[in-house]
Amino acid sequence: MSLEKPTPDTAAEVGVTEDGLDYDALADLLGGHVLDREEHVNAEGFVIRPDEVQAVLSTLKNEAGFDHCACVTAQEYDDRYESIYHLRKFDDPTQELSVIVPSPKDDPHNESAARVYSTADWHEREAYDLVGINYDDHPDLRRILLPETWQGHPLSQDFNQDQPQIVTLRENANPLEADHRSEDDSDTMFVNIGPHHPATHGVLHVKTVLDGEQIADLEPDIGYLHRCEEQMCQQGTYRHQIMPYPDRWDYVSAGILNEWAYARAAEDLADIEVPEYAQVIRTMSAELCRIAAHMLALGTFALDVFGDFTAIFQYAFRDREVVQNILEDLTGQRLMFNYLRLGGVAWDLPEPREEFFEKTRDFLDDLPHKLEEYHDLITGNEIFQMRCVDTGVLSPEEAKQYGATGPVARGSGVDYDLRRDDPYGYYDELDWNVVTEEGGDNFSRVLVRMREVEESARIIEQCIDLLEQWPEDEREIQANVPRTLRPDPDTEIYRAVEGAKGELGIYIRSDGTDKPARFKIRSPCFSNLQTLPEMSQGEYVPDMVASLGSLDIVLGEVDR
Amino acid sequence: MSSDQTPPAVEDVSTQEARMGDGVDDRFNSTLREAFGSTPFILTKFDKFMNWVRGSSMFMLQFGIACCSIEMIHTYAIKHDLDRFGAGVPRASPRQADVIIVPGTIVSKFAPRMKRVYDQMPEPKFVVSMGSCTISGGPFQEGYNVVKGAEEVIPVDIHVPGCPPRPEALVYGVAKLQERIANGESSPVTVKPYELEQFGDLEQDELVDKLADEIDEDDLVMRYNWDNSP
Repeated sequence: MSLEKPTPDTAAEVGVTEDGLDYDALADLLGGHVLDREEHVNAEGFVIRPDEVQAVLSTLKNEAGFDHCACVTAQEYDDRYESIYHLRKFDDPTQELSVIVPSPKDDPHNESAARVYSTADWHEREAYDLVGINYDDHPDLRRILLPETWQGHPLSQDFNQDQPQIVTLRENANPLEADHRSEDDSDTMFVNIGPHHPATHGVLHVKTVLDGEQIADLEPDIGYLHRCEEQMCQQGTYRHQIMPYPDRWDYVSAGILNEWAYARAAEDLADIEVPEYAQVIRTMSAELCRIAAHMLALGTFALDVFGDFTAIFQYAFRDREVVQNILEDLTGQRLMFNYLRLGGVAWDLPEPREEFFEKTRDFLDDLPHKLEEYHDLITGNEIFQMRCVDTGVLSPEEAKQYGATGPVARGSGVDYDLRRDDPYGYYDELDWNVVTEEGGDNFSRVLVRMREVEESARIIEQCIDLLEQWPEDEREIQANVPRTLRPDPDTEIYRAVEGAKGELGIYIRSDGTDKPARFKIRSPCFSNLQTLPEMSQGEYVPDMVASLGSLDIVLGEVDR
Repeated sequence: MSSDQTPPAVEDVSTQEARMGDGVDDRFNSTLREAFGSTPFILTKFDKFMNWVRGSSMFMLQFGIACCSIEMIHTYAIKHDLDRFGAGVPRASPRQADVIIVPGTIVSKFAPRMKRVYDQMPEPKFVVSMGSCTISGGPFQEGYNVVKGAEEVIPVDIHVPGCPPRPEALVYGVAKLQERIANGESSPVTVKPYELEQFGDLEQDELVDKLADEIDEDDLVMRYNWDNSP
């Protein structure tokens, strides 16, 4: 079957059994390092000492095969700080393990994991920035989202939100001034790209050091759109108040995919069963969103490479309009859908249903022809190929090391797609393929997205067939959900879905009230963007811009 | 050569006809020209003419911040096509633009940069604020890091509400701005709570003392008084 994945050779990995993970074997592997074991909804958590992080994680990585550090969650309890490393395997993401590192309240310190997993670098900087845990042996522990001069750590308990703050404008100093040439080597030159720049897809600031026209060093500076999404979600009640925010994380019409991430985590946390009919509608609408998101990625990538609002860009937006019209019929909104509810969806398909099916089918029928057109214009275009083939190469090892997921990882040949590997919704009942390309360059990433559009169209088509034949008296769109949701205290969960950009994960800890005590978003773009220095070292500036475009970051999701 | 040609019989031709060239010149002959009658001149106040010109040909700044910028792109792109209204050529540099659409949430780190971009635009300049975030902070108003509206930092001519506003709404907002410009109305001058200042000019308080080692006296800074913001 197409959905089956070649079985990985896991015989050498500790703790792998027929039906999942044997946590006892893993605990034996770590021996005395494990102080305590906790039960999370998605996996077991091992509590370890704060000064043994590197030892434990490298054992788990090398001997137990946990090669994917999906997320680092930091939080403050009344009596301690805590960092949680959510580990998974690229081969089988259902094999999960949380490593919990408590640290004392008065002086929160623990060892950094950045030397084991490169992706932990930014995640720990974020934890330091927002929660205030210090990571020893971290290569570069600075604030990442908030300005350098910010006072206090906003997600810690004693933060006073009303205190005055001062923000500098230093970074935007004129790069042509003599003192911005680096002193020890006069051949290099420092250039700011962004935060307001047409090629940065929003408000990203890239600090580059050029040697001639090649990039000697590069550092993305983020946080220009950090709008406190985690705080907003921690202030909202589970049932209705959180759901509008996911739409605004990845805002390029990928709304329903994001909503699904929250819905999946919260439903598993509160043990809600979603009716099958609602799952089919979710699957269909999510894939429509994916098409819209990939169309935007394609259009803006062409904009980056060709530098003007030319045909491809306009074509991509023409096709997005069609998808948005369909989604507007379904949800009532063009961009911020707010369509999913815990336990189902907001309402059934619009009446008359035949018209909706016909409209969607028309779109799907036109799609192959349109994709042909895109292939003529883009992938068949020699100039485009010269710009994209073999530029911005990301090897599969680097991609895994940095926790890259989604089309970026699949463009490097990492066969990782949560829709298949960690099934949810209706995906495992449908016939479709996971797209991978081996090249790892800008061209492969674009190609993956274009081919994924075809696969999404296949999924939508099957969903429509299903919905059309669904008996009228079994169209249950919502499960019975209590008016006020209060999950049991101290339940913790990390759940992820395959968003448009990759693994979009949510960590929720409940404290028995109707609002989450900690709500952490694992954004795929945040991890994907970390690979930019890796892929553009030694490349020309325009190739860096192309790499940035092919990463398809959305700053709303990078900064949250 | 031309000296050989006899001059045309002037007395047979009206001024209007004389002005209506043929051949290449034919392209200048519009119905508007005919409507002017015998004279191609109109009499108007210079200011009024300039306002009309300004409103009819606006160069927007290509400036994307957050979610609203996606709808803004849709407004520029096919179907909605803001260019129909003489306002659809996004300029990449603020020095070439005269209208800035502010499409998204402004956070503490970005506000000084936006102010700088606005300052770099040549006068006269106009601001369309797009979406709830630029009115009040919108859904993120309670965030620790969110500036409560674009008007805290730069003066705003037109607010387009919505989260995000539909492209039609933005087109309406831009058309309203053009109308206002053509009527010669200028934007209200607002007193803005957050300004760029040199660090050395700030009032010496606890926070300034604390940051004194980190920040140069000449560095530009923006100071936020979060408890006073609306």
